[in-house]
Amino acid sequence: MAAYLARRLIESLLILLGVSFITFFLLYVLPADPVRQIAGRSATPETVQIIREQLGLDQPFIVQYGRYLGGLVQGDLGRSYLQKTEVAELVWSRLPATLLLMVAAIFCELLIGVTLGVVAALSRGRPLDHVVMVGSFVAVSAPQFVVSLLLLYVFAVKLGWFPIGGYGTFAHLVLPALTLGLLGSGWYSRMMRSSMIDVLRQDFVRTARAKGLTRGRVILRHALPNAILPIIAMIGIDIGVFMGGIVVVESVFGWPGIGQLAWQAIQRVDIPIIMGVTLVSATTIVLGNLLADIICPMIDPRIKLR
Amino acid sequence: MATGVRMTDATVVSRSRPASAWRRLLRRKLAVFGLVLIAIVVVGAVFAPWIAPYAPEEQHFDGLTIEGAPLPPGGAYPMGTDLLGRDLFSRILFGARTSLIIGVVANGLALLIGTLVGITAGYFQGWIGAGLMRFTDLMMAFPALLLAICLAAIFEPSLWIVAMVIALVNWVQTARVIYTETTSLATRDFIAAERTMGAGTGRILFRHILPHLVPTIIVWGTLGISTTVLLEATLSFLGVGVQPPTPSWGNIIFENQTYFQSAPWLVFIPGAAVLLLALAFNLVGDALRDVLDPTQRGRG
Amino acid sequence: MKKLLASTALALALTLPAMAQDYVPDPNALSGGNITVTYKDDVATLDPAIGYDWQNWSMIKSLFDSLMDYVPGTTDLRPGLAESYTMTEDGLTYTFKLRPGVLFHNGREMTAEDVKYSLDRVTNPATQSPGAGFFGSIAGFAEAMDGSAKGLSGVTVIDPLTVQIQLSRPDATFLHVMALNFSSVVPKEAVEAAGDDFGKMPVGTGAFSLAEWTIGQRLIFSKNANYWREGVPYLDSVTFEVGQEPVVALLRLQNGEVDLPGDGIPPAKFTEVMADPAQAAEVVEGGQLQTGYITLNVTIPPFDNVAVRKAVNMAINKDRIVQIINGRAVPATQPLPPSMPGYTEGYAGYAYDPEAARAMLAEAGFSDGFETDLYVMNTDPNPRIAQAIQQDLAAIGISANLQSLAQANVIEAGGAGTAPMIWSGGMAWIADFPDPSNFYGPILGCGGAAEGGWNWSKYCNADLDAMAVTADSMADPAQIADRMKMWSDIYMGVMEDAPWVPVFNEQRFTMRSPRMGGDDSLYVDPVSIPVNYDYVYVTE
Repeated sequence: MAAYLARRLIESLLILLGVSFITFFLLYVLPADPVRQIAGRSATPETVQIIREQLGLDQPFIVQYGRYLGGLVQGDLGRSYLQKTEVAELVWSRLPATLLLMVAAIFCELLIGVTLGVVAALSRGRPLDHVVMVGSFVAVSAPQFVVSLLLLYVFAVKLGWFPIGGYGTFAHLVLPALTLGLLGSGWYSRMMRSSMIDVLRQDFVRTARAKGLTRGRVILRHALPNAILPIIAMIGIDIGVFMGGIVVVESVFGWPGIGQLAWQAIQRVDIPIIMGVTLVSATTIVLGNLLADIICPMIDPRIKLR
Repeated sequence: MATGVRMTDATVVSRSRPASAWRRLLRRKLAVFGLVLIAIVVVGAVFAPWIAPYAPEEQHFDGLTIEGAPLPPGGAYPMGTDLLGRDLFSRILFGARTSLIIGVVANGLALLIGTLVGITAGYFQGWIGAGLMRFTDLMMAFPALLLAICLAAIFEPSLWIVAMVIALVNWVQTARVIYTETTSLATRDFIAAERTMGAGTGRILFRHILPHLVPTIIVWGTLGISTTVLLEATLSFLGVGVQPPTPSWGNIIFENQTYFQSAPWLVFIPGAAVLLLALAFNLVGDALRDVLDPTQRGRG
Repeated sequence: MKKLLASTALALALTLPAMAQDYVPDPNALSGGNITVTYKDDVATLDPAIGYDWQNWSMIKSLFDSLMDYVPGTTDLRPGLAESYTMTEDGLTYTFKLRPGVLFHNGREMTAEDVKYSLDRVTNPATQSPGAGFFGSIAGFAEAMDGSAKGLSGVTVIDPLTVQIQLSRPDATFLHVMALNFSSVVPKEAVEAAGDDFGKMPVGTGAFSLAEWTIGQRLIFSKNANYWREGVPYLDSVTFEVGQEPVVALLRLQNGEVDLPGDGIPPAKFTEVMADPAQAAEVVEGGQLQTGYITLNVTIPPFDNVAVRKAVNMAINKDRIVQIINGRAVPATQPLPPSMPGYTEGYAGYAYDPEAARAMLAEAGFSDGFETDLYVMNTDPNPRIAQAIQQDLAAIGISANLQSLAQANVIEAGGAGTAPMIWSGGMAWIADFPDPSNFYGPILGCGGAAEGGWNWSKYCNADLDAMAVTADSMADPAQIADRMKMWSDIYMGVMEDAPWVPVFNEQRFTMRSPRMGGDDSLYVDPVSIPVNYDYVYVTE
């Protein structure tokens, strides 16, 4: 296990290095000049050139990347081109909000998705199954913006149960987490249903039933742990989705996550911020998937770590 | 989805007769309903120039109120008009072309790559599997939107670029799920039994493991239709993919989503179209699986 | 001597129509209270040398002061930190007498040294100020910008309350430049203590000081009790909440949680709000020193042909475009907005006439039309407007492919000169100061036509450039009418060459909570964009 972990951690570092290289390269070839954004509309070509030199953007790609890596090893993510603030400060101050929302949203997805998936599998072919199926398709087909705003309108503005956006208390968390949970639950419920149906057909479940165990006990103790395997993989994927873009939900609910930071930085080619956000989210994603790979064998001992 | 069906064809159908499978499929009401829906969309897309009452990009002077608000469904515009006074019905019909290609081709391609990578990595021990999965992790951790912006700046925006980007981004997720399932399947007794009986790798993979993955593939393929159709809109917004005024279901929703209270038809009609298309493929996919899977005969 | 100086200043000031009348304090204004303002985008910085965004422009105006200022709600200059000033007859030397006893937020008294330090800082290339170019007329600017000199040689401290600024050429816009955010006076010790983080811990002399900043969530400004202007600000504090979707901000306003939606009324809600008399009563409409235009790249065929450019001008149905954005603009005939001095009254521009446009195009040898690209920034309503333009062009046979891209990519294509046509919306020119010259130099003059410049038409007319230089050297207030006539002629010359299609001048529509008081003009302040926080108040 320790050897496995060590190897995976080294591999993870290599992945992050790869991500940083590709991202930096894409930003280098991107036909949008950050210096133009900094220098303003009335700058002369000479001023632009001076700023370019100050930022080292006149250097060849490999030198620029080397400098960036050099800073990175010392824990320095650099300063934003446009805000002049330390990128680390900008990212760290927003990361907790993103992680909190992510954990809460995944919890909601699991709660809604797994429950509905099991219910649908057990009532396969009956009306309840169809209702769950249609519901899951509605969830994945619905545009985030509309759902977020509808929930906000009904539960916060009309009913007044929750604050209209913001961050800080549990009440603030409920609506955005629920929105993401509802939208994402479609995937979980469909996966859970199909996985559950597959497991219920397998011999060991039939054997358990034949041994006289009650249906409920068989489902909870035997079928569920086996069926949940693909769901663990789903969580790993979900982390990627969440780190990649929940800008819409963040801005509707006024949630101070890194999505909004990244979006604004991309619009204005603020390279240090884009790099910082990418690396932090890549780290989260890589660790999340590593965790998923470690948890799977714990649930299904037949799978070996490798 | 399309690929999911094709792979099943290649593996399981060889045992049952395709003609009878087709007949069994047509016996299922839900499957027929799904087929009819798909047929309607395909016909609408192919014959859009003849069916559509107007050109999809024509901005009608009487298509807006004096204040510049769009018109609700009815009258000369059966589904109402959009924010530029264009006929929504015509735009939905023409938009079906883009969205079908994205939902079926791009999504199918992603599914194909994802399944191949996932099944290979999951079944083979050692460096092949580890290597493939680390590559998957890399792709997942990589900012896809940034890639899209770069591609947009390098290439002329086109439908095929957006299809490529979607395939490039979306196979990763399928690969992860298929990988996890395959690792579990590979350790099951019946696979071990096949192996001791001297079955070849290809036979085990395609005859025994793949059929067990079909339900997962169907889930990902059909839900993926909705998400890719919506993803296409985000990519168009960033300059990849179809540019305005060419309609797609995704960009109709995207352009108008802030107006969902004042002009709900602009969001809910294309939204329903996306939903029904994905649902139709799911109904057909589910039925096909049951029809083709010998262990399932007479059930479901 | 001192008395004489003051009276000369007064005499000069009176001849400037811009200094006509100072603000009359609102007799109903009440002191106290807090208001909540929302913005979608985060505040990048509060450093006056750096900040150049919609949301931080008037925030910085409330935290800092410059030598000059504007009468609230108007475009009329008034003295700021300078109590008075004199200008020599050749227009080359300005002497500013500072107000005594003005305190920075850190308690220290502001002196002439701070003025010099601030101007040196903004023109120091290490500061990377996007506003440095505005100071080009000060002697020693070029040396300061290329790093060969430390500071501006033209700025000298005469005594602790007197600063003299020497220009290298007469500059009629100089007093406006001295009123820009970039000219704000900052205390050296605070800037040096904060280093690059000064934008996060600003210290100025303004009506408010920064009390709290939670990144990505909120900023709180609190009243500067020692503010040198009597009686203002009225509010005890202002809370800015950032990261708020405009539609949600409006919902919160309707719910009584927000007093001012900083991004205005979102298009999707506009008709709904205007249809409800109670809500419409809280809507404030105001002009804006802004023009939305299409640039036609004169270096790319067939736009190198003036007949083609004129035909395009005649092909655009501006009324229809205004209708599409719910009437929130007025059709434009020329580059300058109507409320800008120098605007040519009575000029009809190129009237909408697709028939004539088609004929003109045919005459120029394009009877079959041609294909081209129209670049547009990807935020609503710009792609919609571009599609309307596209349809108008199609009507005269021009097939324009849309390139809807992120802002930075459009600016890049414009600067590099690879974009044949650009719809300027979202990046459009909002005047930095209310003077016609501000619409010329970087966006229509030869200087901006260089690689990377903001003159996306790459239009360069040496005669007009020479006229512009002459006009801007007419610094004597007595020449103001001649100067404005000259600017009017320059823009008429531009229209003759038609490198732009001026499409509309945006009107600003914003909303406030019923408890907010103060003149309407403060909520659509043409200079303190978007809202003048110093003079608004709450009625409860």
